[in-house]
Amino acid sequence: MLAERAALLATLRDEMAARGMLEVDTALLSPAAPCERALECLAVGGAGYLVPSPEHGLKRLLVETRRSLYQLGHVFRAGEVGRWHNPEFTMLEWYELGGSMQDAVDTLGTVLAAAGAPALGRQRTYRAVFTDTLALDPLTASLDDLERCADAHGVTPPEARGDRVFWLDLLMGLVVQPRLGTQGPEIVTHFPADDAVLIALDGDDARVGQRFECFWQGIELANGAKELTDPRLARQRMQREQDVRIEQGQAEPPIDERLLAAMATGLPECAGVALGVDRLLALLTGKPRLAEVIPFAWPAR
Amino acid sequence: MAQYSTQQFKGGLKIILDGDPYSIVENEFVKPGKGQAFSRVKVRNLKTGRTIERTFKSGDSVEAADVFNLDLQFLYHDGEFYHFMDPASFEQYQASEAAVGDAAKWIQAEDKCDVTLWNGVPLQVDAPNFLISRVTQTDPGVRGNTSSGGTKPATLETGAVVQVPLFIEEGELLRVDTRKAEYVSRASES
Repeated sequence: MLAERAALLATLRDEMAARGMLEVDTALLSPAAPCERALECLAVGGAGYLVPSPEHGLKRLLVETRRSLYQLGHVFRAGEVGRWHNPEFTMLEWYELGGSMQDAVDTLGTVLAAAGAPALGRQRTYRAVFTDTLALDPLTASLDDLERCADAHGVTPPEARGDRVFWLDLLMGLVVQPRLGTQGPEIVTHFPADDAVLIALDGDDARVGQRFECFWQGIELANGAKELTDPRLARQRMQREQDVRIEQGQAEPPIDERLLAAMATGLPECAGVALGVDRLLALLTGKPRLAEVIPFAWPAR
Repeated sequence: MAQYSTQQFKGGLKIILDGDPYSIVENEFVKPGKGQAFSRVKVRNLKTGRTIERTFKSGDSVEAADVFNLDLQFLYHDGEFYHFMDPASFEQYQASEAAVGDAAKWIQAEDKCDVTLWNGVPLQVDAPNFLISRVTQTDPGVRGNTSSGGTKPATLETGAVVQVPLFIEEGELLRVDTRKAEYVSRASES
């Protein structure tokens, strides 16, 4: 497994280099953390946070270097432990200058194929996937509709109360996602904008973001987007996420002012993708859990 | 009441759902990269044996079930209840027909059984893996066909019926695998 892992890392680096992307290794320990309601960062006493992705560092360097960049390394997420989750995992994240969301999808397809995965299969919008799978329009359904749908599929948690984001996450994670990517990696685009932070919204329909995810064998493999460049909107959305976090009693890490300052200088138009390397390796080698491809998986280290 | 949070969920954990005791068979952490985390658990009802699936929000808590196992000695069946004793404390327990279930035909007095107790009441009785019991009834084997794989039914003292080789006769002591309801060998008188 170590040799297969090394070969995959080498292939990914070759693919990135072939596309003219520069490898950088930004700091994993940061004084601030991304403001997202569903992302818990590991706090390091007196020093800040271990980053859940290299996004902020890469974007600050995009402003400085004005060239396409990538980072391949470990990232950290508090409390994520399971068959397909490890609190420390390996991520490949890249940003291509001038790219659209579709460019990012195409690059991902090339990278996955180079790694040995089947060619990208169908591509549908989030809305179409929900309509096809659940006969439910995720953009117009009422909270009652969403709850009824969850009940019908037997996935409603006890005493469930929640906003649209809650019900959509529930239906996506437990009902829709397990059925995605059975014929090879497939793409779902235009996720609802309710919890979008650093991504651009769709020009024609602001209810959805220019964000996509790639699923293979029911597992989420990658997440990508056309990136937001407007620092004012970025701050508003970060504050919105902070407010949600406060309301839900979650930790409230400080907003990353250095990222906002860099964006104020001018983040170039770009599209980015984050790819879960351990998941990719597990799926490529037919392993049923991450622990079989991570040298020292949590918690049995 | 003791509680378990979803972070503590793992196979074998005993919890209360809708007033019934359940054992967690499997726990899957589900979380979209940009979304809320959930626990999807497969749980087995310890009263009915039925397995169902449930979803919890990550961080939710459920009541712990006071369920534990004891090695109890089977004493007797009074026609309605099966009586057991803890050989360490001499405390006695009575188990219903439902709790004993299939184990009834695999146990005899003095056998040590693995008994699952919920709030101190037997919920499930597992017979010992092997039973040594005497054949009370079996037809004579056909001559000349003694060990070539032919079998015939034999009734044991406990009431169980197992397939045995043709050479087994009434009154013999047999060793039987209770999990597979299979003849293992003849047993010697001790």
